[in-house]
Amino acid sequence: MDLNTVLQILDSAVRLMTPLLLACLAGLYSERAGVFDIGLEGKMLMAAFSAATVAALTGNVWLGLCAGLLGALMLSAIHGIASITFRGNQLISGVAINFLASGLTVLLGQKIFGLGGRTPNLTPGAELEAQVTPFRTWLTDVAGADLATWLTATPRLSGITLPFAESLRPVPVLGPLYAEVVSGHTILVYVAFLMVPLTWWILYRTRFGLRLRAVGENPASVDTAGVSVTRLRFAAVAIAGLLCGLAGAYLATGLSAGFVKEMTAGRGFIALAALIFAKWRPWGALGATFLFGLLEAIANRYPNLDLGIVTVPSMFMNALPYILTVIILAGFVGRAIPPRAGGEPYVKER
Amino acid sequence: MASDMQTGGRLATAAPAAIELRGISKSFGPVQANRDIHLRVERGTIHGIIGENGAGKSTLMSILYGFYKPDSGEVLVNGRPLTITDSQTAIRAGIGMVFQHFKLVQNFTVLENIILGAEEGRLLRPSLSKARGVLKRLAQEYELNVDPDTRIEDLSVGHQQRVEILKALYRQADILILDEPTGVLTPAEADHLFRILEGLRAEGKTIILITHKLREIMEITDTVSVMRRGEMVASVRTGETSPEELAELMVGRKVLLNVQKAPARPAQPVLEIRNLRMVDDAGVERLRGIDLDIRAGEILGIAGVSGNGQTQLLEILGGYPPKGSTVSGEVRVNGGPLPLAGAACNAAERRRQGLGHIPEDRQAEGLIMDFAAWENVAFGYHDAPEYGRGPLMDRDAIRRDAEGKIARFDVRPPSCDLAARDFSGGNQQKIVVAREIERNPDLLLIGQPTRGVDIGAIEFIHKRIVELRDAGKAILLVSVELDEIMSLSDRIAVMFDGRIMGERLPNEATTGDLGLLMAGVDPATAPPDTMPPAHEHVEDLPREA
Repeated sequence: MDLNTVLQILDSAVRLMTPLLLACLAGLYSERAGVFDIGLEGKMLMAAFSAATVAALTGNVWLGLCAGLLGALMLSAIHGIASITFRGNQLISGVAINFLASGLTVLLGQKIFGLGGRTPNLTPGAELEAQVTPFRTWLTDVAGADLATWLTATPRLSGITLPFAESLRPVPVLGPLYAEVVSGHTILVYVAFLMVPLTWWILYRTRFGLRLRAVGENPASVDTAGVSVTRLRFAAVAIAGLLCGLAGAYLATGLSAGFVKEMTAGRGFIALAALIFAKWRPWGALGATFLFGLLEAIANRYPNLDLGIVTVPSMFMNALPYILTVIILAGFVGRAIPPRAGGEPYVKER
Repeated sequence: MASDMQTGGRLATAAPAAIELRGISKSFGPVQANRDIHLRVERGTIHGIIGENGAGKSTLMSILYGFYKPDSGEVLVNGRPLTITDSQTAIRAGIGMVFQHFKLVQNFTVLENIILGAEEGRLLRPSLSKARGVLKRLAQEYELNVDPDTRIEDLSVGHQQRVEILKALYRQADILILDEPTGVLTPAEADHLFRILEGLRAEGKTIILITHKLREIMEITDTVSVMRRGEMVASVRTGETSPEELAELMVGRKVLLNVQKAPARPAQPVLEIRNLRMVDDAGVERLRGIDLDIRAGEILGIAGVSGNGQTQLLEILGGYPPKGSTVSGEVRVNGGPLPLAGAACNAAERRRQGLGHIPEDRQAEGLIMDFAAWENVAFGYHDAPEYGRGPLMDRDAIRRDAEGKIARFDVRPPSCDLAARDFSGGNQQKIVVAREIERNPDLLLIGQPTRGVDIGAIEFIHKRIVELRDAGKAILLVSVELDEIMSLSDRIAVMFDGRIMGERLPNEATTGDLGLLMAGVDPATAPPDTMPPAHEHVEDLPREA
């Protein structure tokens, strides 16, 4: 295996871990505040669909991104109302959200595009052109042809080449590493990675973070201190929704070009496993999701891994992230203590 | 003294009281937790509120701290009427509360817990450094030393409580409410707490101490109020009352129940307890060397204010010692040892050894509330051969059996299929009593047999207990109702602070004598001036309506 292959795998791992990382951080905010969220999957799926749909109809990925955030936020609101306001079972609410998203995306997709539940491919072409044209025509009337063309010309997120990526390439190892692995990703990848230190800072250095952690450990301590448990938990659930929105939007408009049925493929659940692996800590989330991303990247690169004596079949390679999930959930990673009040609706006691 | 005592507890003074409650009432559904409460607490004093579990003390204080809204009534803080809608209002009014179960975040440091909700700004750093300074000052002023950077989970319970007090002081509380503060403390920690409270009083702070321990009231309070069943039955100066008087006010005296019973004919010993000790999960010794004997054909009554180890004693004998506790000592039933730990220590094994158990809390331990009466009649004995048909349960046999028991114990309505929760308290208790007594155990453990049970059912249950005794069985009766103990028992043991304070025969014991024992004073060793005064005046005390 040469350096180039390693770099390509790492590059792929970074792309693949991004939705996991965003979803994992989403779960972190929610669960640190004491609201279990197995609806990450559903929220991501809804965000992916909303983002791809709006991007396909407008030809503008940024409008798509906003739609993705809104879609996920809407499901978050349902989760919040069910599990915080009405003190329902958080797991059931999460399961319901997953089913809702799974069904609704395909239904709406078929209704809007008639492509069997998928959205048009977001790479420029006839299929996309047909969808964007009405919006562009309308926009041309409103804002003029130049602006309309410009606004409808970015249906997908594109990679950003970081400064000096090319000029530093000759530097041994580090140069290619910078150019291949660090540079060239879409904006959401960098947002995801920046969210890690930001989340750490919010959790451990701000008043909001202190209260957020407290409400997940012992909501009564927050309540008796005169701070609203409900408001804090809603804030946490909303942040989780936004991060899921970014994750879903990235899946549909960054990692792939368009939405297909069930495209999250269990990533929401893998993110939950990573969250446990990370012991509910931001830096841990980075490491855990990188591991999952790396496994997926290796599986993609070597569908049939030849180990000399045996050839590992592709099905096994593809199953690796899920197998790791099972191992993590079975508790082989040491003691992970979840937030003490997790899963418990807060009821004042006598 | 009786003339000082007025319902409503208004002691004549001029200055505005730190706290004044006027006609506070609060009910939860059909349960009236507080009924027309009047209370006045003077500034710079320590005021005790004493009463049984469930007397409404905690509810009253939660109202003061904004946890509950009273149905009616008025709260005055420093003479000004105040509507306390939430804890924030209470905190701003200078009220601090130390709950019985601490409201601390276990994996936060002391500092983090102290600033939580009282931060200076959006960022933590300035708040933390300010709190560090304040903490240092408070530590010197009031002997409240705690390392600010330790996590709560690494602190002893006593230190955790100090953090709670510091939290209140950091929020500049002038009025500090402590709910059962010594329940979790060792005696040394409790003494330290009292020194802290005295220091606070010297600084002009007002302290309300909720407890059911008479010793504490006598030791530290200036004035004391007694609550019983949601009502404030008396408010007096501590110096003008006595522990036994307070004990009697707390427990209350109802119409003496008459139980017809022949003299006991005790035979061979059935239960022998030697030096039984129990340390709970927090490291507090709950039972401190219990020695008891019960013979066949007698009822031993255990009197005492609740929370003095009776529950733990019943749970250990019943085969389910409290989680995380360490039990030592020796218990024999019919001469055979009773395992106190390990796999053989379980309720099913106890039943095979001839024990029956009517638990203190029928809803939590005696019944499954959503299950039908006939199922509840079989619980605990579901492995009995007459209930089974091979590996299956014989529903018809169980139902026939249940119908018989329900008829013989006059459970109303006499319906096998009604869920346990649909019966009244008294009839629920009859189901439990029927199940246990009809198994004819050699030793029957009974906790609070008539709590929340109507008069008719009380008489019925008492009669059945006496019948079982006359059939030559041993009975251990734990009750906080002194009347029940006096009228049912053949011998009375008084428990206080995990010990048996003394034993009396019911015909020789006086309520005053028992009251002193319940308060932890042994009349045999006490100097004469602490002996209870003559008893006539107690009858003049205000009673609940």
